[in-house]
Amino acid sequence: MITFDNVNKRYESGQDALVRISLELGRGEMVFLTGHSGAGKSTLLKLLTAIERPTRGTILVGGQNLNRLRNSQVPYYRRNVGIVFQNHQLLFDRSVFDNVALPLAVAGCNRREVGRRVRAALDKVGLLHKEKQNPIVLSGGEQQRVGIARAVVNKPAILVADEPTGNLDPQLSAEIMQLFADFNAVGVTVLVASHDLELIARQKRRVLTLQAGQLIYDGIPSREAAYP
Amino acid sequence: MESRAVKQPTRNPGPAARAANRQPPAAEGRARPAGAVTARTRLGDRGRSWLGHHREMAGEAVRRFLAAPMASGMTALVIAIALALPASLQLGLVNFQRAVAGWEGQPQISVFLHKRAREAAVTSYVEDLRADPRVAAVTYISPEQALAEFQQSSGLGDALAGLDANPLPAVLLVRPQDSAASDLEALAAGLRESALTDAVVLDMAWVERLARLTELGQRLSLGLGLLLALGVILVVVNTIRLHIESRREEILVVKLVGGTNAFVRRPFLYSGICYGLCGGLLAWLLVAVGVALLAGPVAGLADSYGSGYTLDGPGPAYLLGLAGGAALLGLAGAWLAVARHLRAIEPS
Repeated sequence: MITFDNVNKRYESGQDALVRISLELGRGEMVFLTGHSGAGKSTLLKLLTAIERPTRGTILVGGQNLNRLRNSQVPYYRRNVGIVFQNHQLLFDRSVFDNVALPLAVAGCNRREVGRRVRAALDKVGLLHKEKQNPIVLSGGEQQRVGIARAVVNKPAILVADEPTGNLDPQLSAEIMQLFADFNAVGVTVLVASHDLELIARQKRRVLTLQAGQLIYDGIPSREAAYP
Repeated sequence: MESRAVKQPTRNPGPAARAANRQPPAAEGRARPAGAVTARTRLGDRGRSWLGHHREMAGEAVRRFLAAPMASGMTALVIAIALALPASLQLGLVNFQRAVAGWEGQPQISVFLHKRAREAAVTSYVEDLRADPRVAAVTYISPEQALAEFQQSSGLGDALAGLDANPLPAVLLVRPQDSAASDLEALAAGLRESALTDAVVLDMAWVERLARLTELGQRLSLGLGLLLALGVILVVVNTIRLHIESRREEILVVKLVGGTNAFVRRPFLYSGICYGLCGGLLAWLLVAVGVALLAGPVAGLADSYGSGYTLDGPGPAYLLGLAGGAALLGLAGAWLAVARHLRAIEPS
């Protein structure tokens, strides 16, 4: 589903954010991406969401070469990738419903369909009863779940999350992880960047570890976290 | 087609997947592959939604305009004043041209005859002139008639009565067939050559001056109009730039969830149109109020000249032109602002 082949990313400042990254994510896989801050997690996600372009190397997503993606095609590519942010990126000038409906409005979905899908997504994250509220009144965990509902409302094939549990307590974090696992169970390819090693270890999933822009670990760790 | 590749549905059906997929019952029969099926939007839906989005954005532009009535009103008023200036100048010119239209149409050549010209020669000369195809009409005014007319109109009756001889010559008023300047000049030159004529006065100078003056006014209003149209565009560019800045977060999110540039652009373009339209309508109102205020004095002035002239107000054509033109200017300004600033807002 996702293939990185010898990908390098050097920022204009001369900093090498990613060095010769090669990896492969299968369809329907759920993978964690970890590493210290500055290790290149965010850069990798930015390449995957076509926010940044690789300096060298090839990225294939669903058979599509991101290097050849024209700027005008980027929006259509992004509609197939759900993105969850650490800081939710919710809009506080509109209701929870309208926040979640945004990807559908952007894709040009008819109103009835929008209502149906938004409610389905909100139901999935357990916030159906709060659809009319402004997200600013919700708790951090609820805001994050609204963010997840927005990321999946368009039923993307890939779900990417950047530190989705960064500001949440362990129990809420576990709930959020369970949501990702649920989406993965219905065939969505999930990539979660996180530095919460304990939480990751409990998931017993494949883990990619980055250090100074290099991939230094790729495998399923044991309970005792035998990786740096 | 490469961009479509990602949208192909994945093929790993399973009962759990099917349940989670929430497909309508009708779709089950077609054995659609379940799993992470990318939501596709039908073309018809897209067309309807596109129109719907336009409608929505137009409505939203109006709501945003009304949400900050002071700020929006002031921007609209700036636009209105900028447009009212050239519009009122233009309207003034139209009115001026209408006022002078009565005179402009009939140039006249006054031929002053020698005092010693014999009556018979004059009569035959008049006959000749009347036969000339270039001449529409000839009026003969004898010295006596001229004196009587002068006494009446000048109010110097008694003083003139004291003169022992009539100082006025006989005059031929020649109305030419064509009023083109070159034809008039040629005709006047012909009249000057006759031995009978003392002087030929072609009342052309003021006609020409009037035409030049009108042209000057037209150029002035055009130049002013262009300059102020540019001003309107700049006002809208600046206003929309502020709108864009204040909605930066929203633009970023919309771009991240796959909003095209056209989608992001749309609300701002409608805002620009909204500002322009309101400015144009206000401008028309300003001109109309101005005309209403001037109508009284102008009517009084015309009355004192014995004319029934009244000032023409800005009609529906002005309303349409001002509103439409201003809306276009607003759109142009918004487009410039959007082209310049939206590109700079990219997720990073």
